[in-house]
Amino acid sequence: MKIIVNGEALEIRAPTLAALLEELGKGDAKVATSVNEAFVSKTQRADHTLHEGDRVEILAPRQGG
Amino acid sequence: MPTFYSTEVTSRLMLGTAQYPSPAILADAFRRSGAGIATVSVRREAGGDQAGQDFWALIRDLGVAVLPNTAGCYSAREAVTTAQMARELFDTNWIKLEVIGHADTLQPDPFGLVDAAAKLTEDGFEVFPYCTEDLVLCERLVEVGCKVLMPWGAPIGTGLGLNNIYGLRSLRAHFPDIPLVVDAGLGLPSHAAQAMEMGYDAVLLNTAVAKAGNPVAMARAFALAVEAGALAAGADPMDARDMAAPSTPVFGKAIL
Repeated sequence: MKIIVNGEALEIRAPTLAALLEELGKGDAKVATSVNEAFVSKTQRADHTLHEGDRVEILAPRQGG
Repeated sequence: MPTFYSTEVTSRLMLGTAQYPSPAILADAFRRSGAGIATVSVRREAGGDQAGQDFWALIRDLGVAVLPNTAGCYSAREAVTTAQMARELFDTNWIKLEVIGHADTLQPDPFGLVDAAAKLTEDGFEVFPYCTEDLVLCERLVEVGCKVLMPWGAPIGTGLGLNNIYGLRSLRAHFPDIPLVVDAGLGLPSHAAQAMEMGYDAVLLNTAVAKAGNPVAMARAFALAVEAGALAAGADPMDARDMAAPSTPVFGKAIL
């Protein structure tokens, strides 16, 4: 299915948010996630089913002022 | 030292982590400044890069408290979601709440700020609102649960210093028991000293150090200025006056 990850269209196989992170090689990375502008916690990722057109954000620690 | 929520901080200098020439210079600047709190953000990682993971390892090694921000958010909804992501990522209830109202000045949107602060406080966050020196706005922020206020000195990244001395002084007088931090707009150590002399509890800056020709030396200069200003505030400064008053005794002067 096609979804948007960090603003880019991606064709993915993963059925859940947790599986998506594994598919993208970020299974162990320190990241936070949202789907369709709503926060999805780490503990919810395995149960969060992805749907066609979902907008996923995967964010990491970065420099800030 | 001031207490932010229930945490007594180790320094009155809070330092941002962006725009340094290199990670090594960032780390040196922090060590020389003695800053006890580092502001950080949450952002996308490009492609398969590990920049965020490397950055996190660097910050962890500094051994400072982390204050995540919601920089770049233009709505309360966006800021709340960003704060939720930051809380999980950095494992802290602290959030430097930015709800920006105008792209040219990066000034806070006071309405969105109060809205987001209320929602986040309700959700257990300890909110450090980046606000203006507007007294009514600050009263609203306190009413919704903020126990720290962070008025700007001047727009972010300008280095103009304290643009509204009267407003900042009024705020200090009105909120004697709430920790006040001047956040944004400082360009020189003298600006930081001035804020401390006015009785502010701390200052938060980034660009003035990171974009200096020698960030490490500038970090140290800010640390000394903050210490000098805080010492002066505690020493009860003299009142300024319009007319001259001789310091050398008049009595005993020879008539020549």
